[in-house]
Amino acid sequence: MIVTRREALTGRILLVLLMAFTVMPFVSLFVTALHPSGTYPLGLQWPDHPHWGNFVTAFRAAHMADLLGSSVLIVLGVVPASLLLATLAGFAIGHLRVVGRRLLLLTFVLGLTLPFEGIITPLYYQTRDMGLLNSRWAIILPLIGLFMPFSVYWMRAHFVNMPRDLSEGAQLDGAGVWQLFWRIHVPLAMPAISSLAILLFLWTWNQLLLAIVLVSDPTKRTVAGALGAFQGQWGTDIPLLCAGSLLILAPTLAVFIVFQRRFVASLLEGSLKG
Amino acid sequence: MPRATLDRSADRKEAQLSPPRRSTRRADFRARTWVGWGFVAPALLMYAVFVLRPLFLTFEYSLYRWDGIGPSTWVGLGNYGRVFADRDLYGAILNAFELILFFSVIPVGLGLAIAATIRSIAASRLALIARTVVFLPQVIPLVAAGIAWSWLLSSTGLVNQILSAVGLGGVTRAWLGDFSTALPAVGVIGAWVLLGLCTLLLLAGMTKIDPALYEAARIDGASAWREFRSVTVPSLRQEIGVCVTVTVIAALASFDIVYIATQGGPGNTTMVPGLEIYYLAFSQREVGLASALAVVLMVLVLGCVLPIQWLTREES
Repeated sequence: MIVTRREALTGRILLVLLMAFTVMPFVSLFVTALHPSGTYPLGLQWPDHPHWGNFVTAFRAAHMADLLGSSVLIVLGVVPASLLLATLAGFAIGHLRVVGRRLLLLTFVLGLTLPFEGIITPLYYQTRDMGLLNSRWAIILPLIGLFMPFSVYWMRAHFVNMPRDLSEGAQLDGAGVWQLFWRIHVPLAMPAISSLAILLFLWTWNQLLLAIVLVSDPTKRTVAGALGAFQGQWGTDIPLLCAGSLLILAPTLAVFIVFQRRFVASLLEGSLKG
Repeated sequence: MPRATLDRSADRKEAQLSPPRRSTRRADFRARTWVGWGFVAPALLMYAVFVLRPLFLTFEYSLYRWDGIGPSTWVGLGNYGRVFADRDLYGAILNAFELILFFSVIPVGLGLAIAATIRSIAASRLALIARTVVFLPQVIPLVAAGIAWSWLLSSTGLVNQILSAVGLGGVTRAWLGDFSTALPAVGVIGAWVLLGLCTLLLLAGMTKIDPALYEAARIDGASAWREFRSVTVPSLRQEIGVCVTVTVIAALASFDIVYIATQGGPGNTTMVPGLEIYYLAFSQREVGLASALAVVLMVLVLGCVLPIQWLTREES
């Protein structure tokens, strides 16, 4: 490829600017979090005496340990179940070619672009009538349902590309559909399943609307939902709010940095398919 | 249906060769197609109970006036009439469309420009680091983005500090609290969240373009702009379609950022349909009206997304 040096240089400068623009809010949060609690520091200004204790104060004030525990429980409730249901359904629609698969797929695709706000009102009354309101189930069960369109669509896209000979060979060996699924197709689908797991983890962890509507006790919400409450409570104490936000960011950031390649790949793939 | 006929004729051919196997294969085929329903059932059940049923109920609620507690009164399409007659309600919809400019047009346009500029160094180490860094906004909760930016855009925030430093002290203000700048300020937050995603999606698409096309353009003496217009953009049809779809949905259905950064204020200048539904249903106890607005929002999203999909997928 013909690349002039000037092009490469403008490219580099632009990249650095783009990164600076992306990182700027995080830097600002961090510097502000080190100022004495209750002050109104100027934008970016390194404090004379960094108050590292703000992180501890925020951790306690926001009941951070409870929040993290609650979010983990919700993720554990949502992600494995969604993966299982979506893989089963995707396998049936994409590979077994069930009767009426077009209609089934269309039904699921119908929900792909659905904004959660669209059904949040009836969802509130429904969870109330089921007696689930204010429990973690009120977030877990609806989220599984809401994730089905994308997850089934995603898994179907994987299974529809699996060669049919694979199953026919196994069938001649006398394997039933159930064994065929568990022994051959699930192991082969692992890359698709793990990418989906990453996406579902993120979407659950970051879920705000369901958390604030369906659960009134912040310590039973997702971290994102609790941060909303934390802002209401500590909105005037800027350094503490910044410290709290950073603490809440930390787990996703850590997971992201560990699995960054997979994350970026899944997110790109995810938006292409969605 | 041609597929079924094909299968059948294949079966028939096979039957002529080995008659006994035919019936078992047939039976097996039929068993598998129905066994499949057992596999789909759990997913379908969760989807039906927690999405389809509420979806149906939203339509039903939208035809009644109901405070969520007492008896409800049938009002037909009255609630829809109110959505389009009340300045506050249709104003929220107009705001959502204005947000498309920031959530969609800017990230996609700027993303195209950036991706085209860094295309030649897409494999360098700097670009690999950038790939991770510009993804951060996609990973963190939007709530955190909202808090970070509320602080940046506040009267003592970094944005004003920079403006003063370059001699623009006169325009500094509390960007999210000012009637004329609050909505664009919210838009900037959305642009920040979506710019990285769009850039990377478009860049990934560009690396798939045949380099020979660029070589040919350069040999013909095409300018960078001409090259961008005649080679890059047409080849990225699908990626651009994806970016526009994702960002338009993000704009129309925005909730998290506005909830945290402005709560719809000052006045109603940053009110969006998602937040209005939340207030109507859970603070003002106007369940019917909230549901009518929800239906309008869902129809709007579909009305915007379907044409985009149709336009960008036409060829394949």
